[in-house]
Amino acid sequence: MQYQFPSFQPPSPDPDPQAPTHGVWTVSDLTLYIKERLELDPELMDLQLVGEISNLTRAASGHLYFTLKDAEAAISCVMWRAAAERLRWQPEHGAAALARGHISVYPPRGSYQLYVDDLKPAGLGDLHARFEELKGRLMAEGLFEAERKRPLPAFPRVVGIVTSPQAAALRDVLNVLHRRYPLARALLAPTQVQGDQAPPQIVAALQAIDARKDVDVILLVRGGGSLEDLWAFNDERVARAIAACRHPVVSGVGHETDFTIADFVADLRAPTPSAAAELAVPDRAELQQLIVTGKERLVAGMERRLAHVRQSLQENRRSLQRLSPYTRLATHRQQVDDLTQRASRALAYNLNLRRSALEGVEARLAALSPLATLDRGYAIVRLTDSGEVVRSTGQVCAGDVLAIRVKDGEFGAVAASGSQQESERVRE
Amino acid sequence: MSDELEKLSFEQAIGELEVTVQRLEGGDLSLAEAIALYERGMHLAQHCNDVLDAAELQVQELAQPGSGPEA
Repeated sequence: MQYQFPSFQPPSPDPDPQAPTHGVWTVSDLTLYIKERLELDPELMDLQLVGEISNLTRAASGHLYFTLKDAEAAISCVMWRAAAERLRWQPEHGAAALARGHISVYPPRGSYQLYVDDLKPAGLGDLHARFEELKGRLMAEGLFEAERKRPLPAFPRVVGIVTSPQAAALRDVLNVLHRRYPLARALLAPTQVQGDQAPPQIVAALQAIDARKDVDVILLVRGGGSLEDLWAFNDERVARAIAACRHPVVSGVGHETDFTIADFVADLRAPTPSAAAELAVPDRAELQQLIVTGKERLVAGMERRLAHVRQSLQENRRSLQRLSPYTRLATHRQQVDDLTQRASRALAYNLNLRRSALEGVEARLAALSPLATLDRGYAIVRLTDSGEVVRSTGQVCAGDVLAIRVKDGEFGAVAASGSQQESERVRE
Repeated sequence: MSDELEKLSFEQAIGELEVTVQRLEGGDLSLAEAIALYERGMHLAQHCNDVLDAAELQVQELAQPGSGPEA
């Protein structure tokens, strides 16, 4: 709604009586102008306002003065004695209330306020208003702050469950826990989750389970239902009990679309009971995969490590070999072998050389040899006694034994005649 | 597998497995240390698997607060 600020030229068809005649307002005139505008506004003539009562004072006159506020704003309220006397309850500071009245201005202070005709405690018929009121108030207190939210344990050993033992929600939660993470122990704190008795029971169950030292996380769950069915989870006592829990609380109330005050206060809001269980525990299949990966990394790390060790071992062994006296000995041995080989090669060469020379001489010798002449049919005749070669007849007497050499051997012969006597034998 | 390992909770075992793997991957270890870590890691992984395989969800109910002992 837009307020019409007075202009220096008031609307001419129906000029306000307080409108300035010379373009300048007086304070009273302007206040009266605003007061009339507010009093004539159809929205503000008769309205209901929900909020938290604060700054409540009961004047000696019997009039009630207080403020209705929510998280962001406050409106001054006044309730005249006549109306105040009709109240059948005692409004208190901090109480949520539903006021009915109209807006007007109190000129001496220039403040607009709600003139309350009737004031009721914000009742069951005003669930939504009460929800908003409580939400606003708890938010203002900081109960929904992100810094308040605690992380959930990665591997909860004991999962506390606050719900009705008969509810399908419990079965859903247990199914999920069984499937995903049967390592956990489920600890049920039974409570009603619906009706007038539900809020104090939920509070007691939360406190009982939170008092346990072995609990790691608490699931506060309830299946779907109407706004009234879920109302216990919009109860301030429940909200404060959640906030007071030492252990992290996961809420899973109703369906995806249902938001309760408990959801806002809880450390984690799940859309459904099953989802609450899923958020609270890890999944066995994922964990098994994690273990497999861990083992693979162990093997890879070990293999890398071993390969490294093996390589440095290899390098060291090579260095050792290089520096070993045996290696040097082997080198020496080889040198000896080399030299020996060279020596024998040189010797053989030398021998061959000489052998060839010898053969050359032999060939020449053979060419000069009388044996070659014998081949052609000549014979060599010697005196057997002296071995002299007979070159002339004068050397032979009859009866001398001769040795006759031919190509393939020697045979003996006796000279049948000779040119001289034995005594006159010529001497060579 | 040692008794000491048997006593480890799943959370402790898988936490130690992660640390063991990281140390082994980090290098800068003697061979003896690496082997010890490797064996420890394999035992931890086995223990984790055993725990997961053997687990059965246990459900326990607290007495309802505010109700009598007969409840």
